[in-house]
Parts: sequence; C-alpha cells; structure tokens
Amino acid sequence: MRYFGDVAALARKDLRLELRARDTLPAMLLFVLSTLVVFHFALPTGADEVAAQGLLWVALVFTALLGLARAWAPEREGGALEGLVLAPSDRSAIWLGKSAAVFVFLGLIELVALPAFALFFSPLQAEGIAGALLANVGICAVGTLLAAMAAASRTRELILPLLFLPLAIPLVVGGVGASVSTEPGRYLVFLGLYDAVFAILCWASFEYVVSE
Amino acid sequence: MLAALSAALVGLAIVLSFWVAPEDADQGISQKIFYFHVPIALTAYACFGWGAWKALRLLWKGGDGYDLESYVAIHQGTIFGALTLATGSIWAKASWGHWWVWDSNQLVLFLVLFLFYSAYFMLRFSIEEGPRRANVSAVYALFGVALIPVSFFAIRLAEDFIHPTTFTRDGPQMTGTMFLAFCVSWLAITLLAYTLYRVELLGKRLDGNLRELREALS
Repeated sequence: MRYFGDVAALARKDLRLELRARDTLPAMLLFVLSTLVVFHFALPTGADEVAAQGLLWVALVFTALLGLARAWAPEREGGALEGLVLAPSDRSAIWLGKSAAVFVFLGLIELVALPAFALFFSPLQAEGIAGALLANVGICAVGTLLAAMAAASRTRELILPLLFLPLAIPLVVGGVGASVSTEPGRYLVFLGLYDAVFAILCWASFEYVVSE
Repeated sequence: MLAALSAALVGLAIVLSFWVAPEDADQGISQKIFYFHVPIALTAYACFGWGAWKALRLLWKGGDGYDLESYVAIHQGTIFGALTLATGSIWAKASWGHWWVWDSNQLVLFLVLFLFYSAYFMLRFSIEEGPRRANVSAVYALFGVALIPVSFFAIRLAEDFIHPTTFTRDGPQMTGTMFLAFCVSWLAITLLAYTLYRVELLGKRLDGNLRELREALS
C-alpha cells in the first residue's frame, strides 16, 4: 500500500528531524511544566481538585498550540512544501504523515505532563487518560490542517490560536467530562465522534489548502 | 423592489409583534424579543449554511463567482450572529438581570460560532487575493458547518459539569396569533438577510469590475 508507505516516510522524516534538532519537544515540555506550576498559584485554596482537572486541559491545549505553530516550519523554511505537493502521491498523505508525527510529539509530552499533574494536584483516572488520548487525535488532525492554513497567511503564528481555539472547545468539553463526570463513557464516545468527523473532513480537504 | 418588500415585511412583523400578539403570561413584554431573536438566529444559521454550500461548489467545480458569494454569505451570517448575541444579551438582562448567562445553550453556541467566523475574516484578509485564498476560505467555511452540530452537542454535554441547568428556555409556548407574528417575523428577517446579501454581492462585484477596468486602462 503505497499510500501508507508515503505516510510512514513523512512521519519518520519529521521524527528524525526533531530527534536531531531537539528544539520543539524540550520547549513544549518546559512550557507544560511551567504552566502547571502557574496553575497551582492560580487556584485559590477554596478551589477543589475538580477545578484542577479542568485546568489540565487548558495546559494541554496551549502546549499543543505551541508545538503546532512550529509543525510546518521545516517545510516552510526549506521550501519543501511545494516539492511535497508536486510529488506524485495523494496530498492527503502529507497531512496524515504530519499529524502522526505531531501525535507522537504530543504523546511524549503527555507521558511527562500527566504524571507531573498527578504529582502536583491529583491522580488521573483511566477514563481521563483515555480522554486525553482521544482528544490528542482531534488536536493533531485539526491542528495540523489549521497550521497549514496559517502557514499560507501573512500573520502565521499569530493566527493559529484564533483558528484553533473555537474548534478545540468540544475537545476540552470531552476531555474534562471524561475526567470529572460520573458517566465518562458519553464523553469518550463524543470525543470519538469528533475525531471521526473532523479527521475525515481534514483528510478530504487538505489538498485544497496547499494547492492553488 | 426587493428592498421595499423587505422593509414592508419587517414593518409588518414589528406591528404584529408589539400590537397584535398577546403578552406572555410569565415574562411579560420582554418575551417580545423572541419574535426577533429567534428568526435572527435561524437566519444566521441559514447564512452560514449557504456560505458553506457555495464553498463546496467552489471546491467541487471551481469557477469565479462562488468565492465571493461564499464570503458575502458568511459576512451576513456573522452580522446576524452578532445581532443574535446582542438581542440574546438584552433578553438575558430583562429575564435574569445579567447581561450574559451561560445557561442558554443557543447563546453559548452562537458565541463559539461568532469567534470561529470572526477568525474567518482574519484568515481571509491575511492571505493574498487569488485561488489560494479562495480555497483556504472555502475549507474553513466547511469546517464551520461541521462545527455547528458538534459544538451544540459539546455544550449540551458540558451542562453536566459546568453547572446545573436551573432555567430552561426551549422556546415560548405560542398561541395562534403569537405563532403568526413569529412566522411573519421569520419571513421578514430572512428576506432582509437575502436583500442585504444581494446588495453586498452586487456592490462587491461592481468594485471588482471597476478595479479591473482601472488596471486595464493604466
């Protein structure tokens, strides 16, 4: 299956670039840890641990934004995006490969951030972690496409949060619900639904975002 | 001609809402705002849907007109969305004493959509004019209509842990005259939106033609 071979090659390229340059991941890591510390000071003593669960999602969304702002930087700086678009493969493979790489980055960050959150505030249930994984898929799918749109614009990093945050609201609802609600199943199903709808939409429309 | 008809219908809607329809037993005169608030909201949805349809036609078939039509429709939708928030805010102040309440799912949904479509304009005007801008705007418009139902369900789900819903306001229980006033108002606002859409589209097309002529002459 040549399509998935292309996707794997592109994802591998991004992972290898990050492994050599090591600029985005350490920054995201430090950002999420600093944000969690800020939250400790932002929560007054009366606030219960449920409020902290909500703030975790704020931290995750903004850390993801930090990483997404740099997602297309290698292609933009080297002018590689035109080359990829001209290549004789399905253009949606570019989006899928990039999303997969961003998913791995975000997963690695959460591998540190979630235990840190459990240490600073309160431990997470299994449903919360499942919610985080499902929401990751949505963040990476939608965020990668929006980052490509932002790369086409004059204002670049400035506009990505504006595009991303309204679309991230359902993900935050799903994630927080999975963590704090008495019926987390509904929220996990909702997150799955969001992922399905928007992944298909991104997959189908990426071609139009990068081509004339 | 279209403008005159819209003006007449809006006038009729105002007369019907304020003088003919009876006052609501619970809410009194502040309920009257529903005759405008709900049609404006429905019209905003219709504009966003229309803009997304034109965007889909653009991506599917290509061609010159669709980008401008999609943009103007979304522009109208955003204006009517802002009006929805304004009228909803007035209603909230009259009903509950606060200018903004998170209880009304429809208002929260419109807030999210308003933010989303405001970003549409920021995106559109930060890209150079051309096919790239048309494509990117079209894709974003399609994301908008996908967001409407997803956000709606998200806000419904969020009720459980944000705060318990103590006020339910699904819509007024309407008697015959009230329903008539509502329908006339709905038709009036829809026609108004369509008129504004046509006027703005014509204006922008004339702008474009004028610019082309200037460039051809210089």
